[in-house]
Amino acid sequence: MSIGATLADKVALVTGAGSGIGRASALAFAQARATVVVCDVDSKSGIETVRLIRDAGGEALFVQADVSKSSDVENMVRLTVAEYGRLDVAHNNAGVEPANASILDGSEEDWDRVIDINLKGVWLSMKHEIPAMLEQGGGSIVNTSSTVGHLGQSNMASYVASKHGVIGLTRAVALEYVDAGIRVNAVCPAVVATSMFERFTRGDDHVASTLISSLPMKRLIKPQEVANSVLWLSSDKAAYLNGHALVIDGGLSIQ
Amino acid sequence: MNSLDGKIAFVTGGGSGIGRATALAFAGRGAKLVIADVDIDGGQETLRLIELSGGEAVFVSCDVGEAASVEAAIDRCVEVFGRLDCAFNNAGILGDMSLTADCTEENFDRIMRVNLKGVWLSMKYEIPQMLRQGGGVIVNTASNAGMTGTPELAAYSATKGGVVQLTRSAALEYARSNIRINAVCPGLISTPMVAQQAVDYPDAVANFTELEPIGRMGRPEEIAEAVVWLCSDAASFVTGHPMAVDGGILA
Repeated sequence: MSIGATLADKVALVTGAGSGIGRASALAFAQARATVVVCDVDSKSGIETVRLIRDAGGEALFVQADVSKSSDVENMVRLTVAEYGRLDVAHNNAGVEPANASILDGSEEDWDRVIDINLKGVWLSMKHEIPAMLEQGGGSIVNTSSTVGHLGQSNMASYVASKHGVIGLTRAVALEYVDAGIRVNAVCPAVVATSMFERFTRGDDHVASTLISSLPMKRLIKPQEVANSVLWLSSDKAAYLNGHALVIDGGLSIQ
Repeated sequence: MNSLDGKIAFVTGGGSGIGRATALAFAGRGAKLVIADVDIDGGQETLRLIELSGGEAVFVSCDVGEAASVEAAIDRCVEVFGRLDCAFNNAGILGDMSLTADCTEENFDRIMRVNLKGVWLSMKYEIPQMLRQGGGVIVNTASNAGMTGTPELAAYSATKGGVVQLTRSAALEYARSNIRINAVCPGLISTPMVAQQAVDYPDAVANFTELEPIGRMGRPEEIAEAVVWLCSDAASFVTGHPMAVDGGILA
């Protein structure tokens, strides 16, 4: 067993846990001996994540949730506490990519969808998670932002705005509950090898290779590399980190 | 994943505070290391603590502001342990607190020499060894004062901002050579440096503590955990990043 971060006896919740970063983080939490509540809007992939955790000997529960719906998010936290009695760690990760379009070509519908899931979803999640954490005297939250939470990027304005917003939410809420023992941090990955990346590039090798060549390390990030950061930030090893946006981009954003 | 078994580490300012805590953390994760410090008594005491806990280390007297001294310390590391995997360039001083117009040239030069030139010299001699062996990891000690303005500590703040920029630039230079370079930005940490500051400037330090959203000073061990994590394979895609370990000051 790793001599690093452990979450033994903790209950952890991950949104968007049916794929990509969320699945990797749910698996990392389980490996660190947390009980994991796997949340996703897509039941099939969420249940598959639960199966992967149980096959590895871990304990997990699937809860179907659309993070942009208040009632779903409330239900997700309520079921967690009903089933396991507490909530120690939350990774608010569910997110969607926008249509690849300029501000003039992008639709209002697409803007609303991206902001509702990526930004309002994180706000709603924290709004319902924090009372459960206050009840038990503390907890740790990690939100998924992005390299474009700091930087601009053309043809994805809604996504960039949503991820900037996640950093703002993280910083603001980190200052509100620090006295109550709740730390809030964010991770800012660059281009991660996930199904979202494949959808965004639509199998276009030119788009993919342009994105990869922009990274100083000249390779995509593995979801596991983001999960490593999320696990560490969630653990007591990072007890003095609060309101921090941890950048996992191989140097992309400092060029 | 966070094990540093078999790794060779190098810590400057390893004789006290954050450097000592990190030296102990490296040893606790299975690394062997060189403790470098200009303070011989402090460095020897860190060595004693490591040996007491069953770790393996050597102490080297080192003034990070002097090229020959840094070069000799790195040479000694390679001579004793054969390589250098993780370097923590941490030696630093606070200098005198004063308004910018009242800061003496001597004070300014002294802080620059240790805090900024010391980190540059350390990287200058560490990187060639890491390139020879195919990679390595470097962590530099910056500060929350390197990310915001810091009244009455302008020179200190400038060195720490400089450390962040040295870190970023060097990280980009060696990103494809398997050398990751990051910084930690500690907030107000209970170390001998800050304890001395509290004696010298009691009003200022009381004010600093109020800046900590988390309501307490940090422990050197909490910075050490961040350094160890950044040095581990868990942080394989993290480079050029100034990690705030400050309870939320920079939030």
